[in-house]
Amino acid sequence: METKRLGQRPPVLEMSNVTKTFNGDVVALRNMTLSVNEGDFISLLGPSGCGKSTALRLIAGLTSTSSGRINWAGGQSQNDLGVVFQEPTLMPWATVAQNVWLPFRLRGQSYASVKDEILDVLRLVGLEKFLDAYPRELSGGMKMRVSIARSMVTKPRLILMDEPFAALDEITRFRLNNDLLQLKAKIGCTVIFVTHSVFESVFLSDRIVVMAARPGRVIREVTVDAPYPRSEAFRTSAEYAALCREASEALHIAMGEPA
Amino acid sequence: MSVAENTPLFDAEDLRRQRAARFERFGKWLLPVAVMIAMIWFWDRLVVWNEIPHFILPRPGLVLETLIKDWPMLFDALLVTLQITMMALAVAVIGGVGLAVLFTQSRLVEMSFYPYAVILQVTPVVSIAPLIFIYVDSRTAGLLICAWLVAFFPILANTTLGLNSADHNLRDLFRIYGATRWQTLRYLRLPSALPYFLGGLRIAGGLALIGAVVAEYVAGTGGIGSGLAFRILEAGYRLNIPRMFAALILIAMTGVVIFAGLSFLSHMLLRKWHESALKRET
Ligand SMILES: Nc1ncnc2c1ncn2[C@@H]1O[C@H](COP(=O)(O)OP(=O)(O)OP(=O)(O)O)[C@@H](O)[C@H]1O
Ligand SMILES: [Mg+2]
Repeated sequence: METKRLGQRPPVLEMSNVTKTFNGDVVALRNMTLSVNEGDFISLLGPSGCGKSTALRLIAGLTSTSSGRINWAGGQSQNDLGVVFQEPTLMPWATVAQNVWLPFRLRGQSYASVKDEILDVLRLVGLEKFLDAYPRELSGGMKMRVSIARSMVTKPRLILMDEPFAALDEITRFRLNNDLLQLKAKIGCTVIFVTHSVFESVFLSDRIVVMAARPGRVIREVTVDAPYPRSEAFRTSAEYAALCREASEALHIAMGEPA
Repeated sequence: MSVAENTPLFDAEDLRRQRAARFERFGKWLLPVAVMIAMIWFWDRLVVWNEIPHFILPRPGLVLETLIKDWPMLFDALLVTLQITMMALAVAVIGGVGLAVLFTQSRLVEMSFYPYAVILQVTPVVSIAPLIFIYVDSRTAGLLICAWLVAFFPILANTTLGLNSADHNLRDLFRIYGATRWQTLRYLRLPSALPYFLGGLRIAGGLALIGAVVAEYVAGTGGIGSGLAFRILEAGYRLNIPRMFAALILIAMTGVVIFAGLSFLSHMLLRKWHESALKRET
């Protein structure tokens, strides 16, 4: 995959001066401006309570902005979004295939008409043998893969992920990080990814948006110039170490401590 | 000697677990049966030792004899009671689930009517039954209303709880995907409510039987087409104690069968995915 310079890619979404307050006094997010371009992998990194989830909920349209605007390039239509939560959030009464079918089903498409898409995406996440399994029969990592498959199956313009790997063990997490990048390359989607982990954000993203709390705001943007595909070797490179240090310093400032 | 040769196929914990499982399997049936046999034997001895006359306390053998001798009449009565119970349960399911869905779809309806559902529930059915039989001409309809009154509330309450307990993230997901109200109900809320509904149904099954029996006591009139409760009343007036016991046993067994049937239904519907239906390892 070739690396394109920022700004050359067509825009997907523009957040300008978005502020969100709750009950009039809790400022969850202040003056956030962010432009998302096609193919971006953006991480939102910051301490607890800095408004990362709030930002995602605003983009998803689950809450409305108190001021400022969120504009979708070319207007928003129904199949624009995929979402992955911290928990797999699968329907326990439905099989893996039925869970992945959900976004299509809600658009009124029959299983038979989208069977190929479902099989393809499940093959990509390595679960083609588990079509008829119920979520309880899967491990935590496998459930997360189903959740990711569901978010990607409709090829949405933008995928929002809110700390998807936070509850997983380190080994599973590293493997899913690698797999996520491969998936993204194959499907060609745009991702906004919320995380607490500096390492994860550096490994995955081409832009890291560092945020601070009380009030929630953006304090810094770190650009990760390393080309995709990124392999395990990237994790041990000097470039990676330097970027982790840079992101960490920004995070320390965000938490109000000396770097 | 190598370690591999000595390694047993099952370790001590496996063996203990197997023993426990075997004990569990047989004990679950054998122990209650043993207790029952002991009780019946003790009952029989009690009557013999104290020379209690059969119109006060009949021997178990006599009860069994009566059950067989009066079977045609008792069986007809059983069918009547069973019919009322099942019809009441069916109406309770329709009414309970329907109201629950209505409540979750409209906060206005819920706020207006929920208190009255509670009032209906907390008012003892015995105290309303005489009024019902004054205003309702058809005996069957009266019995049905009484049985329904007791049975529908657990279904309403449980189903409402279940419909509201759908996972919040899943609800958000449905919203993001632009699901309609109907889709959210059909694909998310109703499946989420199923385990709760089935729990309510098991309670309601027993309550419908109780409601039917109590209402029959209140209704009191006899003749053809009267149920088990009336047979008990009637036998009581005639001091036919063995028949009272026989009818009582039939009612108890009906209750057990209803409960077991609904438990089985619940197990079959949930066994693939719900925690309550899963077998635990240890
Ligand atoms: N519905 C709400 N009502 C009131 N306050 C809210 C609500 N949602 C979020 N907040 C507040 O907004 C702030 C930002 O919350 P948010 O959940 O976006 O943080 P976060 O960065 O996702 O934190 P975490 O990393 O812990 O998930 C917090 O102070 C929180 O208390
Ligand atoms: Mg959050």
